[in-house]
Amino acid sequence: MIDIFTQNWQTILNGFWVTILSSVIGLVGSLLLGTIFALLELAPSRSLRIIGTAFVEFFRNIPLLVITMFFYVVVSSSFKIGGFWSGTIGLILYTSAFIAECLRGGIASVDAGQMEGARSNGLTYTQAMTHIVLPQGFRLAIPSLGNQFINLVKNSSILSFVAGFDLMYQANVISGANLDPFNTYIIVGILYLLITASVSWVVKRLENRIGKEVIR
Amino acid sequence: MSGAFSTSNVQYLLKGLGVTVGVSIISIIISFIAGSVLGIILYEKVPYFTKTVRLIVNTIRNLPLLLIIFFTYFALPKLGVELNAFSATVFAMSVFEATMVAEIIRGGLLSVGIGQTEGALSTGMNKVQTLWYIILPQALKRSIPPLISQFISLVKDTSLATAIVLPELMFRSQVIYGQNPKYMVPMFITIAALYFVVNYSLSLLAKWFDKRLV
Repeated sequence: MIDIFTQNWQTILNGFWVTILSSVIGLVGSLLLGTIFALLELAPSRSLRIIGTAFVEFFRNIPLLVITMFFYVVVSSSFKIGGFWSGTIGLILYTSAFIAECLRGGIASVDAGQMEGARSNGLTYTQAMTHIVLPQGFRLAIPSLGNQFINLVKNSSILSFVAGFDLMYQANVISGANLDPFNTYIIVGILYLLITASVSWVVKRLENRIGKEVIR
Repeated sequence: MSGAFSTSNVQYLLKGLGVTVGVSIISIIISFIAGSVLGIILYEKVPYFTKTVRLIVNTIRNLPLLLIIFFTYFALPKLGVELNAFSATVFAMSVFEATMVAEIIRGGLLSVGIGQTEGALSTGMNKVQTLWYIILPQALKRSIPPLISQFISLVKDTSLATAIVLPELMFRSQVIYGQNPKYMVPMFITIAALYFVVNYSLSLLAKWFDKRLV
């Protein structure tokens, strides 16, 4: 098993790097987009709420593979985006729907008095939302957001469908060459576990730190 | 009718929907039963045994499902376990989803108050009776909404089996638009709509249970 790693370490590390890169871009993108859509879902205006809900329900209920393949097959015929970006854009859209749901739950569990107090102090709705309610909603949503980030890392294996050269893709290349899928997949599995375990460790620490602040 | 929605294409796609639904239903049943057993093991702290199960569940939960599908289809034959695409998909999905279900069931069991256990034990029930008649029914009831959202993920994830050439919905749409690039957009709209209808009805069901149970 060790010799698979020593013989292919460059390929494996390349894939490892692409998986991390795609996950980080996916995390930042889906956090931004997810926040926007959570706010739309909770907006005072009815038409904004409908837009937010339609987006979230659409992307939550179709497979990630369909979104990714759409970008890889249809969109890339008019705009030159490669496999990496097709996969990463798919990841961002898909994950942002789940993040919007988590954040909506977090914001909804912030006490209504926070919004009322901010408004009666003269803040506008937007100010009250961005300065008072949203930061508290984020804190409350951290555990479920952490789960979504772990899912995001695992889902980044979708890149292997569209020649995104991620860890999963390289695993298939290596096992196709050395005809030892058993040990190759185990090595790649250990590398995935390394990433997901570190993400959950970071999330646990954030939970503990921020949880204490909320109590104080 | 000819074009993307010729009779033969529509029939071909609908057969794919049948495969998707079939794989989903079998995997849901197996993962529900296996996951419940695992969830109970995680909840009841059996010495050594629970720790081993916890390690296995955590490992599988943190791996990509696609890796597990590939492993089942390409690596298990090296151990002498030959599965065709259909049973490999069912096996991989069941193993993966069972660990997800186990966490949900364990959460449900923990959410039942300790007073329920104490009450049941003090009326003279033994531990097994307490679990079976008192704790488990309440826990299962509370687990229904998260279980349904997990099963929505399961239905969506069956599309990954395209990678091992299982002729399900996603795979068949690729075969159809492979004939003619003009069919691409209609095919994507169609399969997105089909997946959406199946999953959205499941999520409405989850919402209905959510309202009724709380």
